[in-house]
This record gives sequence, structure tokens and C-alpha cells, in this order.
Amino acid sequence: MIPAAFDYQRASTLDEALSILADRGEDAKLLAGGHSLLPLMRLRLATPAVLVDIGGLRDLSYVQDRGDEVAIGALTRHRDLQISELLLNQVPVLAHVAGQVGDPQVRHRGTIGGSLAHGDPASDLPAAILALDGTLCARGTSGERTIPATEFFTGFLETALRPDEVLTEIRVPKSPGKFSFKKFNRRAQDWAIVGVVALSDSPARVALVNMASTPVRASATEAALAAGAAANEAAQRASEGLEPPSDTNATTEFRRHLATVLVRRALEEVGL
Amino acid sequence: MPGVIAAFTGADLASEWAAPMPCAWPVTPDMKNPPHYPLATQRACYVGDGVAVVVAESPEQAIDALAGIVVDYEEEPAVTDLEDAAADRVLVHPDIGTNRAYTWELISDPDALKKAFDSAAHTVKERYIQQRLIPAAMEPRGVCVVPHPFGGDFTVYSATQIPHILKVMLGITCAVPETSLRVVAPAVGGGFGSKLNVYAEELLALALARKLRRPVRWVEERSEAALATIQGRGQIQEIELAADADGKITAVRVHLIADMGAYLQLVTPGIPLLGAFLYHGVYDVPVYGFSCTSVFTTKTPTDAYRGAGRPEATYAIERAIDALARKLEMDPAEIRRRNFIRPEKFPYSSAAGLVFDSGQYEMALDKSLELVGYDQLRQEQRRRRENGSARLLGIGLSSYVEMCGLAPSRVLASLNYSAGGWEAATVRVLPTGTVQVVTGTSPHGQGHVTSWSMLVADRLGVDPQNVEVLHSDTAVSPHGMDTYGSRSLSVGGTAVAMACDRVLDKARVIAAHQMEVAEEDLEVSAGTFSVRGTPEKSMTLQQVAFEAFTAHNLPDGTEPNLDGSITFDPPNFTFPFGTHVAVVEVDTETGKVDLVQYAALDDCGNQINPLIVEGQVHGGIAQGAAQALWEEAVYDDSGNLLTATLADYLVPSAAELPSFKTGATVTPSPTNILGVKGVGEAGTIASTPAVMNAVVDALSHLGVTQLDMPASPEKVWRALTNVGKEAGR
Repeated sequence: MIPAAFDYQRASTLDEALSILADRGEDAKLLAGGHSLLPLMRLRLATPAVLVDIGGLRDLSYVQDRGDEVAIGALTRHRDLQISELLLNQVPVLAHVAGQVGDPQVRHRGTIGGSLAHGDPASDLPAAILALDGTLCARGTSGERTIPATEFFTGFLETALRPDEVLTEIRVPKSPGKFSFKKFNRRAQDWAIVGVVALSDSPARVALVNMASTPVRASATEAALAAGAAANEAAQRASEGLEPPSDTNATTEFRRHLATVLVRRALEEVGL
Repeated sequence: MPGVIAAFTGADLASEWAAPMPCAWPVTPDMKNPPHYPLATQRACYVGDGVAVVVAESPEQAIDALAGIVVDYEEEPAVTDLEDAAADRVLVHPDIGTNRAYTWELISDPDALKKAFDSAAHTVKERYIQQRLIPAAMEPRGVCVVPHPFGGDFTVYSATQIPHILKVMLGITCAVPETSLRVVAPAVGGGFGSKLNVYAEELLALALARKLRRPVRWVEERSEAALATIQGRGQIQEIELAADADGKITAVRVHLIADMGAYLQLVTPGIPLLGAFLYHGVYDVPVYGFSCTSVFTTKTPTDAYRGAGRPEATYAIERAIDALARKLEMDPAEIRRRNFIRPEKFPYSSAAGLVFDSGQYEMALDKSLELVGYDQLRQEQRRRRENGSARLLGIGLSSYVEMCGLAPSRVLASLNYSAGGWEAATVRVLPTGTVQVVTGTSPHGQGHVTSWSMLVADRLGVDPQNVEVLHSDTAVSPHGMDTYGSRSLSVGGTAVAMACDRVLDKARVIAAHQMEVAEEDLEVSAGTFSVRGTPEKSMTLQQVAFEAFTAHNLPDGTEPNLDGSITFDPPNFTFPFGTHVAVVEVDTETGKVDLVQYAALDDCGNQINPLIVEGQVHGGIAQGAAQALWEEAVYDDSGNLLTATLADYLVPSAAELPSFKTGATVTPSPTNILGVKGVGEAGTIASTPAVMNAVVDALSHLGVTQLDMPASPEKVWRALTNVGKEAGR
């Protein structure tokens, strides 16, 4: 559990972080809450040459009302999402999902930007942002761009972020309607074996945790719902087109079964 | 490489060893024990079998240097399945010609056994798997060996349960005179049996400190602990019950295949024997047969893990008696009542050859059912079944007895164990009245300092704060057999109490002499000797201790100083018992099992510190429930451990467990003067079958009765799917 040697640089401004990234390129890794990156480094599955600590960039921690949208600073910790009055009123699903991540220690250290940029299909927040049709803002030395959540997750632990970019903000449309989050695991602190985020807004949306190599939308289920299918019928198509992983907690076959049960329960919970 | 001091292969260090690593329990004369050295030389036999060692200035440098070692392994087939191992298709150790380490039998009357089964009104035959478990103590292992600047002595600091045994074994294996070794077990963060061993790293640290003439330290990482610290359980169990028409069990027959792993560690082969006598459980069974074949596999060696043999036995009989109850359509509580050993039968001579000290099994059952609200739960269970609920309720009972307080030395001799089971204690009343207690037990989380202080304070009439307990350092406490097998209080605590009595006997002689009265005229109360009828004439224990220290006025033939020493060899094991009741909800769609209620009624005889007893019960229940629902060391077909991190090996947290309801009855043991039995393992022994019986109880009406541990969501779902398919055919 001893990581390989690495350099450590603490950025005091976003521009400083960007310039280090520009210098060091793929050798550099951003450190925010550290709850995904540090375990990988301790297991020597990740061996970055330099860690750029952006934990001190407090101006990237916020939840703001932007009219139709809510904007969230990338360094906002899960606990701050969980208790945000604005989210509880306008995007309650996000506050709820943030409150189910890991355990209290993880929630007090981990950040939404870190969770999204890590791109773990087993993480909860990526599925929530995906279901919400959120937008991610990235800053690089060449400027700022926005990426729709549906285009952000490109592969296992891979995202559309470039090595010289920092994820700065996440924007989600206000979504005060009914939601359901079904997190199926064997221990409260664990990643979901399968997770389901469902929103009743029209059109109804469903995203899945740990059912593919990336966070995904259950598009066959969504299409069935749009065509007027009942919850039970739409849920049968939850894993259509997906290749869920197999591990010591669940085989691919069992994950497919769980997805149908959990999607059905989630849809019933939101009144579909 | 930066900071690297030395690196060695097994061949480089071969001359360091005077003997292979020790196995202290050759259970049969023909037991196969392949030579096992701290580093493998020709063949590595499991993932975790060390092949080289690097010594560096810092742990970081040592770990970086590992990348520079290239091991050219020539892969051979793995042996991971126990029945396949027993068939000798592929040999783990070709030199010994078989994978079977030994076969051990306990069948007192083969004819009676056969007859009992032939003439039985009912029989059940069950097969259970005891999955391997990773002990996962909070603190992994660690050792530091410090060579003295001159004189050739070594101080060994090790996170061990057994500093005394370790000292002897280090001396023998490394050819260091015992007088040159001091072993200290500092505050040790848990063991559960996994630190009841002599490990390669302890031997390597000593050999390297000797070779390099400087202190050598090694601290285990969590994933190393999963691979290279012993694992627990690992058995295939076949149990058969014969019963008469009323459900009275007439015979029990058991056959085990036990997984030794790749080598025999300190007491590996003896673990199945610690359960061998208990497969009839708390039931009065006249005919008994047990046999065990133990096999080598290409996995981490197994050895003692909380309960060691007794959880396996209790699991088998408690699940089998539920199977019998189902066959007879009888309530699980009722079939237990019909079979309990009655209170008037104690001391009870069992068909397996033990003498159970004392027990009131039905009382424990009654109280546990009351504690959990059994009748209401059965109604709720019926209600949910009738409603077609997807959350079914299951209620599981487990009535247990265990043998602990290891152990009468002569009994250990009859089992071919290489050491005794006594315990030593010294109690000294210092001139200022402070009491110093030296114990041979070696606590690693059990609170001996607290309990021994209370025990001594109570017996001598002194303030517990004035008692100092010294332990776990062979320079301070030279004699001891250490801590395991729920032995510390019933053997070590009894020795402390007996040493207190010796102190009191001597104090009485001195006090009588000083006050010029006959010894029989003295009363002792709250640490004061007073003359019967003349209470103003008295001496405190402190005054007596000071007189013993000055030795100015002692009776002829009385030695100075007020102290007492004793070595106590118990005449018998102790037999704690009780009944636990688990209540689970099973989601029939996802297969998820939630443990929603748990009641434990334990009888460990007299209690010294009820809070510590309750803590032991709580931890034990969690650990036993973990085997039923979560924990399993999973290997792939090539013998790779797939659950080597705590993200994959599912040790439960408080969030997965209900608040436990605990209760106790007190049936003193006649085996020792304290009337105590032991409680370190009871919770683990009782809870695994209670939880699994609850899971099966929730599902048996649907046809699910065969279910192995851990009862994971997928396993439960598959079991339900399979009965559904069969029903559909």
C-alpha cells in the first residue's frame, strides 16, 4: 500500500494548475478529494509522475441558481451536495444520490468533479448527472468548452477530458419532479453492484450504475416508456444492448436480472 | 538500488535454518508433513509462498526494489478443489506421493453405528461447505528483531498471540539458545487465532538480524495478510442423523474433507480435531462416528480462526437438526427440546468421549425465544407467506455447546499435541501495598488487564487501581502458554486466583504471628485480617506485606516477601453454551438477505466483567454472521486469490447488522474455582448456523433447503430460480 514515488505540486489558482498540466501533460494527475486516485496509487495501479493538488481552489466549490439550471463547482464535496437547500428543492435527486456515496468519510472528502472525471461506471454521481442530461464545463490552456454528459464518458475510467483540461463546473437542469435511486449492494459502504437513477420528468429518464464499461442510460427502457409501455414491460429491456461486468459479487447474468427488478421498482416509485 | 542493504533467495538462506518451520500437532503417526521453509527454494506451492527477501533502509525503498526481482516461474496445475485434491489427480507435493495429509477417526462402536442407521425411523444426510475465511484482524502482522550490541542476544517484538510459544519455536528453528531470546508482544491489534502461529517473516527477521547484525523490521500490508497469513475454515462436511419416530436422535455420523492449504502451519492439522468431538452438539446422542481426511491444496495454509473446528461442528449439527425438523414437520425449537442433554445428566459423558461439565440447555433456549419474541415472529412469518410478500421472514435457531479452556495437558497428549495446556501466574503484594500480577496469558484485545485487576482486587480486597498486570514479555513473564481457545480466564484467570489464595494463606500466617493469635481465629474481609470477636485488633494486607518485606518478625520457616506463584493445569475443558436466534428478511426478487433481528442467550458460567463478556458476544456474532452472509476467500481455478482487498473481501460493518439483544444465564463450571467457562469464541460459534438456518427457514416452503455460505444475493436468487424451474417441469 505504498505508492510509487511522485512529485507533488499544490496549485493556488486554476491558471497555475493549467500551466502545470500544460508542462507535464500525461505524466500529471489532478488531486482533489483523493478518494478514487489515492487507492489506485497505493495499489500501484496508477503511477502518476506528478500530482497537482487543486484541493485549495475554494472558488470551485459552490452550488448556484442560474435560472433554469443549477451550476455546481467541480470541487464541491458530496456532503455539500447532500445538504444544499438549492439542490434539495430544485434537483433533489442529486442531493439524495450524493448522500449515498461511500461512507461519511468519503462524502466529506470526495468531490463531484473528481467522481465524474474518474469516470468509474460503478460510481453513483455519474449516473445521476447522466440521467439529468447535465453539462460539464472544462477549462484548458486554449480556453473553455462544454461537454454534454451523454458524450463525456468514453470508456472504462476514460472521459472526454483532455490531459491539459480541468473540469470546472457541472450544470444540471432544474428537476424538482419525482425521482428514485436504487443502489443495490451487499455492504452500505460499497460501490453499487447495480444502481438505477430514474426521473419522472417528461420524457422519463433512466440511468444505470455498473451495468457497462461506462455509466449509461437505459435507452431501450426509455424508448419503451416513451412509446407508452408500462413500468414492468419497460424494465424488462433495462440491459438491452449492454454488456454488464462479472465479478465476485455478481455475474453478468445476475446483473441483468437485478437491473430489470431495480428499474421496475424505480419506475413504480416515481409513479410510472 | 537506492537504500537496498541486501537481497536473498531461499537457497541463500538455507543454512540459517536448523529445522523446517514448526508444526506442533502431528495428529497421527503417519501424518504427511512436507518440509516448509521461510522461503521456498525449488517450488512455490501457493500464491503467498515467499521466494526472496529484500532488506532496505526504508519500507518504500524495499517495495520499490521488488520491481527489480524477476522470478522465472514454470507454471504447474493448481489444486483448488478438495475432492479433486483427495483423488490425487495432481499432487501439490510430488515428493510425498499423495495430497492426503492424514485420516483421523473417532468411531467408538462401528457395529452400533451401522445398526443405529439401519434401524432408524428417519435419517437425514446433508452436505455443507465451510468456505475459507480471511481472519482480517484490525492490525496486520508485524515483527521487529533487535540484536543486542554484544552477547549475541535478540529482542523480538512481534504482533503475536503467543510470545512464549514463539520464543521456543524461534530458538529451535533458528538454532538460537532460548536464553538468548526475549519475545515481546506489544499492544496487539487483534488476532482471532491468526496470530497463534509461527510465521516465515518472524523467522526471516531473526535470521536476517543475525546475519546483518542490525535491527530488522517487517510490517505486513493488508493484501499480504489476505495471501500469507493463515486462513480459517475450509471443509466439505457430510453429516448424517439417525432418529426414532419421535425425532429423538439415535446416532450421528460425520465425514469431513479438510483443506490444509499448501503446508502445515503451527496447528493446522489439529483444527478439525477441535470440532471432532462436538458434531452431536447439545444433544444426547448415544452413538457417534467421526472421520476426517485432510488434504493439501495450492492455497494459503489454514489454521486456527475464532472457534477453530467448533464453529464448523456447530454449523453442521445445527443445520442438520433443522433438516430433520423439516422432515418430521416439527418446529425447530421442539426438536431441540426433545434432544437436549437434560440438566440432571451433568457431568455428562458423551459418546465421543468427553465429559461435559455443566449445562441447562432448555433454559437457555426458552430465554432466547422469549428475548426475540418467537411466537409473534412465527405469526408474522405466516402472514407474509399468505400475503405473497416479496420480503419473506426467516427465523433461525442455533443451540450450541463448545469445549474451551484449552486445555488439560494429558488430553492434549492423547491427541498428539506437542505442548501442554497449563497456565502460570504470580501475584506479589509489594511493600507499599500495590499488587503486581504476572500472567502467562497474552491479551490482544480481550481486556485481561481490566479483568485480572478486578479478579485480584476482589479476591485480595484491594482497589483495582492498585493492581498492575504484567504480561506478553518473556523477560517479565517467563512462563506461559498464551491466549487462544477461550482459555485465558478459565485457565490463566484461575491460576491468578489460585496465586491470590496462596498470598492470602501466607498473609494469614504472618498476620496471626504478628497479632499473636491462632490462624483459625483470624477473619479476612476487604483486605483486612481481624481477630474474631475483637475486630479492633486487625492488620491490613498492606501492613502484612510491609512486615513480610522487612522480615523483622516472621514466624520460623516463613520466607520474606508476600507473593505466591502457581502453574495450573485444568482437569477438564469448560463447556459454555446457549441459544442464538437470528431473524432475516429475504428479498425473493433480488436474493438479498437482511439480518433484521438477533437475540443471543449465552451461558459462560460466572462472569468477571459483564461488559467485556457482552463485547465478546457482539464481536463474535458479527464475525459469525459474516461467514453466513458476506465473507469468502474466493480463488480462481489457477489458485489466485480474488478477494485480497477489503473492497472484495466483505467484512461487514455496523451498518449491515441489527442491534443485538443479549442475555445470559449463569451455570458455573465445576472445573475451576472461579466457576468460569470462556466466551471469546461463543458468539462466532453460535451465530453462523443461526443466520443460515434463518435464511433456509425463510425459503424452505418454496423448496430451497440446500444453500451454501455465504448466502449472497446471487446464490439465493439462483436457488430460487432453480426450484422455480423444477416446479415448472
